[in-house]
Amino acid sequence: MSNLSNLTRGLFKENPTFVLLLGMCPTLGVTTSAINGMGMGLATAFVLVMSNIVISLVANNIPDKIRIPSFIVIIAAFVTIVDMSMAAYLPSLHESLGLFIPLIVVNCIVLGRAEAFASKNGALASVLDGLGMGLGFTMSLTILGGIRELLGSGKVFNLPVFNENYGMLVFVLAPGAFLALGYLIAFINRIRRTN
Amino acid sequence: MEYILIFIAAVFVNNIVLAQFLGICPFLGVSKKVSTALGMTGAVTFVMVLATLVTFIVQKTILDPFHIGFMQTITFILIIAALVQMVEIILKKVSPALYQALGVFLPLITTNCAVLGVAIMVIQKEFNLLESIVFAASIAIGFGLALTIFAGIREQLSLVNVPKGMQGSPIALVTAGLLAMAFMGFSGIV
Amino acid sequence: MVLVLFCVTLISSAAVAYVNSLTITSINKAKEAKQADAIRQVIPGAFNNDPVADSWKVETDGGVLEFFPAKQDGETVGTAVKTYTKNGFGGEVWLMVGFNPDGSISNYSVLEHKETPGLGSKMDQWFTKEGKGSIIGKKPGTAGLKVRKDGGDVDAITAATISSRAFLDAVNRASAALAGNADVYSGATPKSSTRDTLTEEKPVACDSLCNHHCNQ
Repeated sequence: MSNLSNLTRGLFKENPTFVLLLGMCPTLGVTTSAINGMGMGLATAFVLVMSNIVISLVANNIPDKIRIPSFIVIIAAFVTIVDMSMAAYLPSLHESLGLFIPLIVVNCIVLGRAEAFASKNGALASVLDGLGMGLGFTMSLTILGGIRELLGSGKVFNLPVFNENYGMLVFVLAPGAFLALGYLIAFINRIRRTN
Repeated sequence: MEYILIFIAAVFVNNIVLAQFLGICPFLGVSKKVSTALGMTGAVTFVMVLATLVTFIVQKTILDPFHIGFMQTITFILIIAALVQMVEIILKKVSPALYQALGVFLPLITTNCAVLGVAIMVIQKEFNLLESIVFAASIAIGFGLALTIFAGIREQLSLVNVPKGMQGSPIALVTAGLLAMAFMGFSGIV
Repeated sequence: MVLVLFCVTLISSAAVAYVNSLTITSINKAKEAKQADAIRQVIPGAFNNDPVADSWKVETDGGVLEFFPAKQDGETVGTAVKTYTKNGFGGEVWLMVGFNPDGSISNYSVLEHKETPGLGSKMDQWFTKEGKGSIIGKKPGTAGLKVRKDGGDVDAITAATISSRAFLDAVNRASAALAGNADVYSGATPKSSTRDTLTEEKPVACDSLCNHHCNQ
């Protein structure tokens, strides 16, 4: 259990999106563009790191029976903080992510890591775990958002790659989210198997 | 008439799973059999309507008058978590048969983002109490519809030969994509 | 046990309340800035009043229009109207439309929409001067603007006629309401004959609405 493996586990081996299939709602819902995916990923990463720190520090003082409710309250507090900060300083991103920001609270990744890792480990290990998981999530969302944006509108991060009129609109719409993620996971499974 | 519009919009046009991407986890997780899908639908409908009712009243009688709207997320998620626990305990005592059918799904519902999502949505859309309840029930029915259809397709899928790389979640996601495409046909009718 | 949960909730609430007090001014400022930017964008000329301070509201069927008059040394140089339609493909569409004193459209800005990305969402560019279906300089008048399919002279967004109709519905609503209230709120506005008929009709409609509202 080295610090390095705590950090990298979330990035590749246990990538929350592609391997564990957690947090599917924001993964599919906000990835209409690379920038949206990245914003959502970073917001989730912040909540993950902060709640992991706090929970790893207080977990020993919380009786078992109210563990989950307490964790949820702590997570909800950080989510609200992120929500308000984004509304204040990044209003346009806040608007395009909309409902999915308060819903970070029910993102299985956050509560899952709090329960499975942070409540049993020290603060440093929990920070690294949260950071790794958060960045892994951010990476997956950015990749998926980039692919959908490229195929759908011919841009990546709003930079035109090819003419918009040749874009396949369906990838920006709802069905494209499922299709793109499905084929991406199949592709990643294939890479993992050959390794 | 207004309620019929809300119903059709919530079930078909803006289907919670296939158009709004809420409640994907149970959608992918408990959709391997039609019977479990129906059980999940029942549990979600029950909790969603109840949660929307309670959170709506709390928002209007506590959060709004005291101007503590920023406590919305914390309050709502606590209410939902508590409600799920309560429903579980009451069901166990009052109707063991129903508990048998729905019990295993109840703990999963706290982290079903559709429940919290609907509770927040009715506040954002400025519905009144009756509209909120109709909306919540319609969303739950839409969820059930998508889940049941999907489970039916997956039951058939388990009998056919799927390429190795596509087995498991990839084929499920592609199927969901095709289903979402079918539901897009409803858009614009309201 | 209950005490611990209570403490956790209390501390969390305190933290959230603290951040709320830090961010609330910025959030409001961001909202105001967005509205002020939209007003500045749709009014072409210079003005030296505060349109928000001079604004007024008019209730129409099921919604509220907001009017922001832009004045240079007391004379109206244009009016920005925050308007909406419920006929959008994905629900409501909110626009800020700027009108010159003669009732022609100076510019517009899309405030909020849920139209299909890549189709109806093109409305933020399509109807501008550089877009393919420019409405800039057109006078909606009494007849209102219509897409070509409905016998009008505005090119609809390709494959998004419903969104285009909804967009024009919002613009026409703003124009009609502005004409109806021009008399009451700014005498300086020059009138054409078509606008006169409008001003005669509209206040009646508005009065009945207002009364209706008071009676409730």
